[in-house]
Amino acid sequence: MRTVVAVTERVAETPSTVTLRFPYPTAAVPGQFVMLWVPGDDELPMSLSYTDGPSKGVTVKAMGGTSRRVQSIRPGDRVGIRGPYGNHFDLSPKRVLIVSGGSGAAALAPAAGRSIAAGSSVTVALGATRAPELLFKERFRAMGAHVEVATDDGSEGAKGFVTAVADRLLQSESFDAVWTCGPEVMMKKVIAAAAPRSVPVFCSLERHMKCALGMCDACAIGPYHVCVDGPVFPAPRLENLSDFGTFHRDSSGRRVPL
Amino acid sequence: MAELAVRCAGVNLRNPFLLASGVWGESGESLAGAWSAGAGGVITKSIGSVPRPGYPNPTIEAYERWGLLNAMGLPNPGIDEYPREIEIARRAGATVIGSIFAGDPEEFARLAVRMAATGVVALELNLSCPHAEGFGTEVGGTPENVEKVVRAVAKAVTIPVIAKITPNTGDAAGLALAAQRGGASAVSAINTLRALAIDVHLRRPVLSHGLGGLSGPAIKPVGLACVWQIFEKVTIPVIGVGGIASAQDALEYVMAGARALEVGTQVTFDGIGVFGRLATDLSRLLDELGFARLEDAVGVAHRASSVPPE
Repeated sequence: MRTVVAVTERVAETPSTVTLRFPYPTAAVPGQFVMLWVPGDDELPMSLSYTDGPSKGVTVKAMGGTSRRVQSIRPGDRVGIRGPYGNHFDLSPKRVLIVSGGSGAAALAPAAGRSIAAGSSVTVALGATRAPELLFKERFRAMGAHVEVATDDGSEGAKGFVTAVADRLLQSESFDAVWTCGPEVMMKKVIAAAAPRSVPVFCSLERHMKCALGMCDACAIGPYHVCVDGPVFPAPRLENLSDFGTFHRDSSGRRVPL
Repeated sequence: MAELAVRCAGVNLRNPFLLASGVWGESGESLAGAWSAGAGGVITKSIGSVPRPGYPNPTIEAYERWGLLNAMGLPNPGIDEYPREIEIARRAGATVIGSIFAGDPEEFARLAVRMAATGVVALELNLSCPHAEGFGTEVGGTPENVEKVVRAVAKAVTIPVIAKITPNTGDAAGLALAAQRGGASAVSAINTLRALAIDVHLRRPVLSHGLGGLSGPAIKPVGLACVWQIFEKVTIPVIGVGGIASAQDALEYVMAGARALEVGTQVTFDGIGVFGRLATDLSRLLDELGFARLEDAVGVAHRASSVPPE
């Protein structure tokens, strides 16, 4: 069920994120994820940041030990891939607002690409801690998306949270859908901002994952399993879940505050 | 429609299909979800004295629809945290059986008291996980140990105690008999078969732990043989587990001697809707074969004279 592939390309996207490209011809849809196995270390769920064509890619943010070791992978190194798993973004809406926090752009960029190629217009509210951490800003622009930026320290674009930019865009323009990926607290604010305008919001969730097959319960959130019921959830499914935006589960299954 | 409700180990079950331990069961909402999908009862993840993260990934290898190899490593939130999850499932009306694992009879007994206090209707003792150092099969691999653990737990609690038996020693019936001597109200058999997968490109085992346990349709004939042999040796009820994917699989286990059944791996292949489907299909199959109640079919394969005329 796993395919062992040699990594073909490594790109340092920002100071904290690295993209790895590898041959993996299995078809994928933006929003889906793969399980990436670093032999001898661990296996992690990763949104596909490149979904089109035979060469796929993931973009890894340095978090814990394993993600740092994933970043140290060099072209020629072998990794195991299984998937793609999970559902995906519905690419049919014609006017889309993307709200990305930090490395959330990894899951959103391929969705923007396919959507624009199919004739939709895409606006991106792109947030990061500081200017060098704005992931895929040029990639979004090269696709033809309109990109507005927010940074926590004000080093580029609006100073503060990207949700403020999203709120302003929702007030001034009309959208058929909002796609968002980033910290759950941010996505919660995006849902709140879109609610009065009745724009449907779709959130891509990241949770601790083990089997990715809907068996082990590691990624349970309310009645859902992110690996098979997600990772993309329409907002109404999340709004009443007490864990959304408040608790994660660690690898033992304990609920730990976000 | 044939009656599926059974009484097993002193517990009334609305149907015989229990959510097997280790599948879903880490969160209360998931247990509640399995119950509302039609499970006759739900068995929690095996809970230990302290939180345990389990092994690093890969923890699983799936084989089409015939098998699943896993070495999760008994991840669980620990008995201090876990009662809140049981409470969520109980509030949803679920019949909850608490699975526990420990390293020796004394720890088992202490944990059993705490698990019983959560309001579960019975305990299932994990004496059979094949891939956790110091637990599971390493504790429950001999009749002497099984008897000691079951006796310690049965003395410590008033609710029914179910011993989950390993197939990996070659004498499941001997272990089951020991559980009965120790005071078990029922035995469940089987847990996974010790198994291994190798990646030939990387020249290493796939699972981080190396050895794991195989579940799913591949192990059904093994489980059936164990249940068959156990049924001939013990007088307490037997709960059949291992590769149940259809009503026919279920009825094979029942005819071999099982009064109740556990379903786990098939949730991975079919989703949680498997519980509703199994119950409907089994009731229909019993009708077709002339059984008014599931109970009437328990162990019939042991009596050759029970073969009906054409």
